[in-house]
Amino acid sequence: MNFTQRHITVALAAVLGLIAVAYVGVQGNLQLLFGVVVPYLALLLFFEGIIYRVIKWARSPVPFKIPTTAGQVKSLPWIPRTLGDKLDNPESKAWVFGRMALEVLAFRSLFRNTRTELVSDPKFPEKARLVHWSYKWLWLGAIAFHYAFLIIVLRHLRFFFEPTPQPIALLSEIDGFWQFFIPTFYLTDIIIVLALLYLLGRRLANANLRYITLASDYFPLFLILGIVTTGILMRYFFKTDITAVKQLVMGLVSLKPVIPAGISPLFYVHLFLVCVLLAYFPYSKLLHAPGVFFSPTRNMPGNNRWELHVNPWNYPVKFHPYMEYEDQFRDAMYEAGIPVEKEPETAEVEEE
Amino acid sequence: MSLPKPEELARVNYQPPARGWMEVKPDFRPGTYCNAASPKWLEWIDYPYPRAWSVADEDWQLPQNWKEIVLEGMEDRLARFRSLKLFFDICVRCGACADKCHFFLGTGDPKNMPVLRAELLRSVYKRYFTRIGKALGEIVGARDLDEKVIKEWFYYLYQCTICRRCSLFCPYGIDMAEMTLLGREMLASVGLNIDWALASVAQCYDKGSHIGATPQAFKDMIDFLAEENERITGIKTPVSYNRKGAEILFVTPSGDYFADPGTFTLMGYLLLFTYLDLDWTFSTYAAEGGNFGWFVSHEMGKRLNAKIYHEAERLKVKWILGGECGHMWRVCNQYMPTWYGQVPSFLEVPVSPITGTVFENARVHKMVHISEFTADLIRHNKLKLDPQRNAHIKLTFHDSCNTARGMGIFEEPRYIIQHVLPEGHFFEMPPNTIREKTFCCGSSSGINANENMELRMQGGFPRANAVRYVHERYGVNHLGCICALDRATLPTLLQYWVPEVDVTGITELVGNALVFEGEIERTTDLRDRDLVGVGEQEGGEEEE
Ligand code: SF4
Ligand code: SF4
Repeated sequence: MNFTQRHITVALAAVLGLIAVAYVGVQGNLQLLFGVVVPYLALLLFFEGIIYRVIKWARSPVPFKIPTTAGQVKSLPWIPRTLGDKLDNPESKAWVFGRMALEVLAFRSLFRNTRTELVSDPKFPEKARLVHWSYKWLWLGAIAFHYAFLIIVLRHLRFFFEPTPQPIALLSEIDGFWQFFIPTFYLTDIIIVLALLYLLGRRLANANLRYITLASDYFPLFLILGIVTTGILMRYFFKTDITAVKQLVMGLVSLKPVIPAGISPLFYVHLFLVCVLLAYFPYSKLLHAPGVFFSPTRNMPGNNRWELHVNPWNYPVKFHPYMEYEDQFRDAMYEAGIPVEKEPETAEVEEE
Repeated sequence: MSLPKPEELARVNYQPPARGWMEVKPDFRPGTYCNAASPKWLEWIDYPYPRAWSVADEDWQLPQNWKEIVLEGMEDRLARFRSLKLFFDICVRCGACADKCHFFLGTGDPKNMPVLRAELLRSVYKRYFTRIGKALGEIVGARDLDEKVIKEWFYYLYQCTICRRCSLFCPYGIDMAEMTLLGREMLASVGLNIDWALASVAQCYDKGSHIGATPQAFKDMIDFLAEENERITGIKTPVSYNRKGAEILFVTPSGDYFADPGTFTLMGYLLLFTYLDLDWTFSTYAAEGGNFGWFVSHEMGKRLNAKIYHEAERLKVKWILGGECGHMWRVCNQYMPTWYGQVPSFLEVPVSPITGTVFENARVHKMVHISEFTADLIRHNKLKLDPQRNAHIKLTFHDSCNTARGMGIFEEPRYIIQHVLPEGHFFEMPPNTIREKTFCCGSSSGINANENMELRMQGGFPRANAVRYVHERYGVNHLGCICALDRATLPTLLQYWVPEVDVTGITELVGNALVFEGEIERTTDLRDRDLVGVGEQEGGEEEE
């Protein structure tokens, strides 16, 4: 098996295995395990892991101010700076806030993405030429996925509250405004599937991307696909008892867990995959979600020259002080008419 | 080693090997790596494990406990640099950075995709510092640190010019440049260094400049350039060295005084300062703006940088003016006051003695960029300029990576260009290859050694490619820049890919255009090339 096959197989097998585990477990009447123990455990791991990571990051120093400066720096007052410059090379915390907001909410850096291709040059038949063009597909795929995911998560909050809060009901309504089907068909369901397939497809289609993709990249994609698929199946095809599900969730939330009857195994599979995702999150690249807020190339103002940044572990270093240097070259300097601190006594020691 | 022809190098193959990247090992082909540092340089600067070894050898004579040293070094850096830890943890391998690196575009080697270059380090981090990596190994991208891995680090960390183009495009700002630097520190901790960089560092440390010029040689070179100025313009451009009490200490990279075409830029500085009757001095001790130390470690960068403030304090100058240089300015901007640890209070907030402009943006740093300084002069109408004297030049401008993505200085040089060139003589390269998206010269960060020529030409391919575009389309014949390293590396690069284009500094153009009282009639530019229209009509002074 080659590299790619191995990594895909492992990831796919892991997700299928997880599905099987939950399915078989529930058939074997382990509802309590999959409905109560695992969700609590997953939440624990999720929060423990994230907090641990974030504290670890937050506690490690940022010795230097190294923002990537992607716009004109603030210099002379008459040097023009566009809004873009201010956001891409922020001069103060307020602008950093803007930069981060754009980054987190609109995926600014990804929006900038370009593609480069080597094309043969008609004027130089044997030479080649690089062309660079703006490339927004990855941005689109990523933003579609993340926003769909967010809306779906928010929609699910209706399982957690009794009665369903107004904004969440509204969100579901907007999402489901295409009322072609009964029950309401959610736009985000189709968007997330398409986005996931795109994100997976690009990894497989592009040879270089395939080359860098590890099982730990395929795994979350397969896992989320699994979650989405089971969710969709449950919603549109193999209905489960929604009232019972809500009862289960409310039990978990109120710390008085109950296992209502009538919940289909498909639901437990869905829930189990979600739990795995939660537990996996802090130990994986999914950490990019909290991590982006800590990125020193993005979250600092580019104001080094007018505001001192202190390195907490700054220490004195050995350098070659001027007097030692003059000792080395005094006579020659004197002879060449370069001012010296101490007149030379004789003109004997010379280097080179 | 013979350099392949441009048409051969231009046929880049972007198809990755069939085997997984952990199994593929670097091929140390001459022309694609820099020589090992000679032990003498390491001894000069107290670097660990000086020894005579060669990259081509099977045995790199690593110290017995090299593995512990590297892993301890990694642990230490994980604790001291949030960046490293974060960048290890959050990359999603989306590949947005992949086709942004000029080395990947030029070599097609997938390990030159920034994401994979980082993965070479990350895999070791995962194996030794994360639970999941310890448990699952290769399948999550973790692997043991062995000699092959360390050789791979050496090969690929010296195929990164710390240009941080990748960081610009990464959705999380993951900066390979930062990791490269930390990785190089770890390599140095077991005595793996490259000669070109370490020689420069040692010379800067001991003497003053990376070429190791003695104070008298430094003075000779610059005096010679002053004489050249007098010969061409009839204007004496006197220079003072180590003069106490001067108002301004001028620091410029050594590339400006020892090799063409940098020297012409230096002549431009001298002309400008003379024109303004500026109270300034050179220092033979702080004689190097370019910080080669930063190419090998944060600490070495600080050890060299320390000389500048030290000298400014001794000479009792008021503030510091810095010449045209890329990495010098990245270091001065991102590190200098932080390294010093406090506001250097023996200096004053820089004020232009000519225009009275207070450089508020350098309030703490106390150091002004020559492009800021000159742009301010032009803005206040303090320079009489005759752009026609640059009429033989059709220019495009190369933003150096360091001043671009490490500082954000884009408009000042362009403003100057517009005032020293005749109208319609300035052309931008395609938008995806300039400003913050600029492409590296391919030879920075200590890897511009001659033995590394094939890699340099490959790495510079995207830059040259954009230059070729404006050359063909608009007849551009000069590439301007505000970086001495560019002036050292780009001529070689363009000679190879676009031989019709020369490289010039911006202050050289200012020097050409400056009109002095009492100057002799100029018939040539600072390079002794005839001015346009000379011989046909009187002088080049009539403006149109
Ligand atoms: S762009 Fe950033 S997150 Fe994506 S692969 Fe490159 S380094 Fe990783
Ligand atoms: S810093 Fe520059 S040279 Fe290094 S990996 Fe990133 S793009 Fe490539």
